[in-house]
Amino acid sequence: MSSDLITVKVTAVEQVAPAIREFTLTPLTAELSAFSPGAHVVVEMPGANKTYKNAYSLMSDPGQPQAYKIAVRLQEQSRGGSRYMHEQVAVGDELVITPPANLFAPHWQASKHILIAGGVGITPFLSYLPEFKRRNTEFELHYLFRSHCTGAYRQQLATELADKFFSYDSDNHQRCDLSALFSQRLVGTHFYICGPQLLITAVCELAQQYGVPASAVHYEEFAAPQPGLPFEVELAGSGQQVPVGPEESMLEALEAAGVAVPNLCRGGVCGQCVCDVLAGEVDHRDNFLSSAEKAAGQTVMPCVSRAKGEKLVIDVPGCH
Amino acid sequence: MRVAPKEIQTFREDFTYTNSKEAIQRFPFPFPEDDYRYSVNMEPHTPKGGEGSAYEHFLDIDEHYLSEMKERELVLQDMPHRCLAMDHMELASWDMIERCMTSLAEDYPQHFSLSRKGDQWTWENKLLHLYDTFIFGDSSTLPQPPLEYMGRQLQGDFALLDQRDNNLFLDAGIVTCPADWSLAFDAGMSFSEWHGPVPMAHSEGIFERALKYLTAIPVGKPVRRLNWTLTVNARMDTAPETYHDWGHERTTITADNVAEKVYLRVEMQVLDRMPRSNALMFSIRTYLMNLEDLVTNPEWAKRLHRVMKTLPQPLIDYKGLTRYHATVVDYLSQFDPVS
Repeated sequence: MSSDLITVKVTAVEQVAPAIREFTLTPLTAELSAFSPGAHVVVEMPGANKTYKNAYSLMSDPGQPQAYKIAVRLQEQSRGGSRYMHEQVAVGDELVITPPANLFAPHWQASKHILIAGGVGITPFLSYLPEFKRRNTEFELHYLFRSHCTGAYRQQLATELADKFFSYDSDNHQRCDLSALFSQRLVGTHFYICGPQLLITAVCELAQQYGVPASAVHYEEFAAPQPGLPFEVELAGSGQQVPVGPEESMLEALEAAGVAVPNLCRGGVCGQCVCDVLAGEVDHRDNFLSSAEKAAGQTVMPCVSRAKGEKLVIDVPGCH
Repeated sequence: MRVAPKEIQTFREDFTYTNSKEAIQRFPFPFPEDDYRYSVNMEPHTPKGGEGSAYEHFLDIDEHYLSEMKERELVLQDMPHRCLAMDHMELASWDMIERCMTSLAEDYPQHFSLSRKGDQWTWENKLLHLYDTFIFGDSSTLPQPPLEYMGRQLQGDFALLDQRDNNLFLDAGIVTCPADWSLAFDAGMSFSEWHGPVPMAHSEGIFERALKYLTAIPVGKPVRRLNWTLTVNARMDTAPETYHDWGHERTTITADNVAEKVYLRVEMQVLDRMPRSNALMFSIRTYLMNLEDLVTNPEWAKRLHRVMKTLPQPLIDYKGLTRYHATVVDYLSQFDPVS
């Protein structure tokens, strides 16, 4: 995988909300490829003790790939990634990114698209807008934020999108009536949610209540791997034992031990890193496996999930 | 040595199609082992085999270029619905134009050239005497819809697969030389739906693994695989739509004509991620060589015999070989010392 990585230079850093910084990334040598609405890149950050790898949505115009733009919210309980971006990265620095991949593309056959953004979750939708405009697509953007820390780009969105844009600042006691979005929907509408897990869960529950088919509800949340108790993972076949520390993910621990695991998003969304579980109980934390699969406990997403007990025995695909 | 496009030959009626010595030598023989078995057999679509190899370039233009473009024109004249693109696949069609024009102009500068001034592009295809200036992304500036315009200049069939819900959907394509499948029938189907008729592989979980792999193909990392079947006569268009023209030909194979009339049909299938639309471009480049030409290579003759002999009955039936499979095995046995 490493040969595919792209080195970029940070050519602008802008504080776009109290807790959000925007980074403009331009290529060092070859041109950057065009990308599709909803695409993301994984940014590698060489920290003092370990390399952080976080996925960030591209939010520039996909048809204008002279530079990529990402926005990073400083997470209060940052494991290091967002703190690194906010405190260490400055104009002129070089960063290493993966080529764009897309797990959150619009469904172009929808009759209308309703976008629901929470805070920094606005970012993937910014890359939808130029293509929506080109195709003259029906859409609404509902933007929920707290102006004390998020709410980036809201003035320009209000100007550009006019009556298609709805903003809700909870620090100003503005609430979004999510139920109304569903009760008044047109047939063939697709819903897209990007934001904190609580928002995603709330919207999905409402969608179900209002009889919206699951195939018309799309969400993306790159769950940053949350810390937990240390445990040990054993590889079936080789018997190799890999300790997983409290602050690192199972995927990171495996990579550090030289075990290659296929992955794209590193945040419990894409399903590429799924491994079979042969023994031990899993603490599932991903958005990929169904609740039935989670209950069965025979598979695990090592990018975010952990062991409930002291040990897991897993089978990494292609690793014997 | 590179093969140059030669005069127009036919894939129907009088079947004047022939392979030159060079074309035989560069034929992508698809069997790496003596036994036939199913496998996903994907590899990166990177050059191999050196100058003149069928694997030298992203798109392979060979001596049959003009013949295949003429054949495509004949099929589309009779059946315009062999090319279709759902409305939401327009951007993917332009992705395909960008990918194909840039690689053709780079790999075959003697035949193709492209100049870009911002969104204004000028494309020259010297083989077909085309010279067109258009605005990239504006379909009204092309003489045909973008997928058809490009497809009429490329050997092989092309499909554009829309990716959504971790699945792939066959929502656009130009398909005039299929191995017995119909674009109009498969249009809009998901990956597992259009593979529905394939025997044996479903229970082996091959399609789940393949789909997971395909949906993760990144931009700039195309992959390829070879597929194969047998065809009676050098007929490119073996579509269900024209079954009445070719189905009965399977009954015409005898010990006397098997070498001349039975063709190994190899498809080089390439999957390439389109950057702007996130669609996958699926190209199916078909090569035809009759057994007479194939057995000029003793290794191929021996191996094809072993593969044919061990081919499971469900696959013999699925590939439509039931009526003449035994005749093929008998003929090939003379080239295999162990038979």
